[in-house]
Amino acid sequence: MKRIISVLMENEAGALSRVVGLFSQRGYNIDTLTVAPTDDETLSRLTLTTGGDDRMIEQIVKQLHKLIDTVKVIELSEGAHIERELMIVKIKASTSDMRAELKRCSDIFRGHIIDVTAATYTIQLVGDSDKLDAFIGALVDVGTMEVVRSGVVGISRGDKFLHV
Amino acid sequence: MELLSGGDIIVRALRDAGVNFVWGYPGGAALHIYDAIFRQDDVHHLLVRHEQAAVHAADGFSRATGQVGTALVTSGPGATNAITGIATAYMDSIPLVVISGQVPLTKIGQDAFQETDMVGVSRPIVKHSFLVTRAEDIAATIAKAYYIASTGRPGPVVVDIPKDVTDPNYKVAYRFPDKVVMRSYQPSSRGHKGQIKRAAKVLLDAKRPVIYAGGGVIIDNASEHLRELVRLLNYPVTNTLMGLGAYPGSDPLFVGMLGMHGTYEANAAMHDADVIFAVGARFDDRVTNDLEKFCPRATIIHIDVDPTSVSKNIEAHIPIVGTCSAVLREMVSIIKQAPQSPDSVAIDAWWTQINQWRAEHGIYTQPRYEPSAGNLIKPQDVIKMLYEVTEGKAYVTSDVGQHQMFAAQYYLFDQPRQWINSGGLGTMGFGLPAAMGVQLAFPDAHVACVTGEGSIQMCIQELSTCTQHQLPIKIINLNNAALGMVRQWQDMNYSSRYAESLYEDSLPDFVALAEAYGHVGMRIEHIDELAPKMRECFALKDRVVFMDICVDRAEHVYPMQVPGGSMRELWLNKSEKT
Ligand SMILES: Cc1ncc(C[n+]2csc(CCOP(=O)(O)OP(=O)(O)O)c2C)c(N)n1
Ligand SMILES: [Mg+2]
Repeated sequence: MKRIISVLMENEAGALSRVVGLFSQRGYNIDTLTVAPTDDETLSRLTLTTGGDDRMIEQIVKQLHKLIDTVKVIELSEGAHIERELMIVKIKASTSDMRAELKRCSDIFRGHIIDVTAATYTIQLVGDSDKLDAFIGALVDVGTMEVVRSGVVGISRGDKFLHV
Repeated sequence: MELLSGGDIIVRALRDAGVNFVWGYPGGAALHIYDAIFRQDDVHHLLVRHEQAAVHAADGFSRATGQVGTALVTSGPGATNAITGIATAYMDSIPLVVISGQVPLTKIGQDAFQETDMVGVSRPIVKHSFLVTRAEDIAATIAKAYYIASTGRPGPVVVDIPKDVTDPNYKVAYRFPDKVVMRSYQPSSRGHKGQIKRAAKVLLDAKRPVIYAGGGVIIDNASEHLRELVRLLNYPVTNTLMGLGAYPGSDPLFVGMLGMHGTYEANAAMHDADVIFAVGARFDDRVTNDLEKFCPRATIIHIDVDPTSVSKNIEAHIPIVGTCSAVLREMVSIIKQAPQSPDSVAIDAWWTQINQWRAEHGIYTQPRYEPSAGNLIKPQDVIKMLYEVTEGKAYVTSDVGQHQMFAAQYYLFDQPRQWINSGGLGTMGFGLPAAMGVQLAFPDAHVACVTGEGSIQMCIQELSTCTQHQLPIKIINLNNAALGMVRQWQDMNYSSRYAESLYEDSLPDFVALAEAYGHVGMRIEHIDELAPKMRECFALKDRVVFMDICVDRAEHVYPMQVPGGSMRELWLNKSEKT
């Protein structure tokens, strides 16, 4: 099962490498990882997704906590949460049939065509990872040229929030 | 405010962090720092012969005193030489600060001469690390380094300092912080009161309890609290290899070390226990044997300051995250006030069982090996003699191998911090430099390094350091002319094919070698020489003495857990299993 973990860290040199190192050192997988400064520029927010049973996730959360630069860790997927991922796809679109079909498909998934050439469409899509997977699935027959995904970011639902 | 250069700030900050001694080795990137050391008298530097030894010596000093050890090395090869020492300290949770010189900031990333990414190389084996990029940040960083190293679960901290940050011509205001506060790191923890109460109840209800105490008790100076708890309960206690001395080795309630080379009674008691009270121990694979078969009937109470240690290998039924001293203190006061006392009938029956195990296969109720005779000196008897001659009061450091296990088994440590060995990493070469650190801390104490002819050669150059700084340690070399522990495994698992574990014809003359360094050498080949020579050795108060003792080459360490078995499945000697 996919688990989403969010970490608030001191925005210090080397902090990210300690997180990545922890995962390889302890034999945990990282499926996606995103990191960026927050509105408080002394803090970075890191979101990662991983798999594993409860025991392993508990260890991962504890190990992340143990890093000296870590201020807060939560497993978002433990409670109600919202997750989003951004994807940009470049697809061959050289005939008018293909273009019409891609436009329809993009609309169904609430995508945006953000670049067009004589031979290609570039479509942007935002959603949870399953939705992005489904879009890729719908395009198998057409064949994608290039796919870029941002990795997951997420936030708790309701009044709960992650803060210092 | 006083204006100081980066180099001077480092030394001043060390002083203000309470550091008296720094072990180290100079080189280009550290020369501004070395010059600053030269120009003051508060912080004493001890020159070693290899950076690995600087870190081990700082580590030995720390293990013996409880203070943070300090080492100073240069960039590149100096830094990488320190790595084994840092990893050794990391595995045993020893508080160290290792300061490394680095190439100037302007050269970082350019493959400059003697450039190594020290923060990167050391990352998996440090508690934390810093790269200091401004002279203004040095004092605060050093204060943080000592704070982080010594609090929570202790460990080594690396402070990497580029040469231009220590520039003597760039001076800034010096201020050492009175207090370190970090929003991301707030370690101390007293343990959850409700959990401690629950644990106390389970402990008092126990019929077949075992108290399993590890190195955490020693590190946290909680030995007195442990002893008080045991006095109240009268329960059997076992110590891990790292925990020896946490509870007195000569006390009747002590059932010996547990684990791979633990006693039969300790391992059997663990296996049959209904309650295991683990404190400052981490259910290491050298303790548990096969996890699937581990202590099938036990309720496990686990106290540790590091939450990641709890339920890592073995699921704890009652986890308590807190310092050993705080939790044990609370536990003692709860048990003192409890209306209930231990179930004395059940506990008596449990002791009857344990005493029967002791009588059957215990190594302390009678010798379980052939006695020494003539030129056949048994390594176990050497340790027993060491115990006798030093009246059980020596600090004993050790290397890694059979000699280490014999020392752990046969020297009965009554005090915490008396036994100093590399338990987690198992670093051959640790013993001699660690002994230097201990002797520096306690100039009048007997400090013995129990070693093997293999291990001692890994840091033998430090015999010169002992001369320079007058550190009169005693080296007890159990010379079996082999990498004995390797050979034992080859006997047991590889039909005695001794792949690269023998080197008899190329061993040095250790007596001549010791003398070459200005020390006293002794070679002992006959059991009758052992007692008088050992007495003579320890009577030579001001000298390093190297006792090269030829011991039985065929001896194995027993008991030994059968791989893949439960804790109590042991080889008792070459032919007998439990
Ligand atoms: C640095 C290092 N290299 C290799 C080993 C693997 N090892 C463990 S015990 C041992 C043999 C040690 O020989 P010696 O010091 O003579 O001790 P003995 O077992 O003979 O008492 C070896 C090679 C180790 N622990 N450390
Ligand atoms: Mg040997």
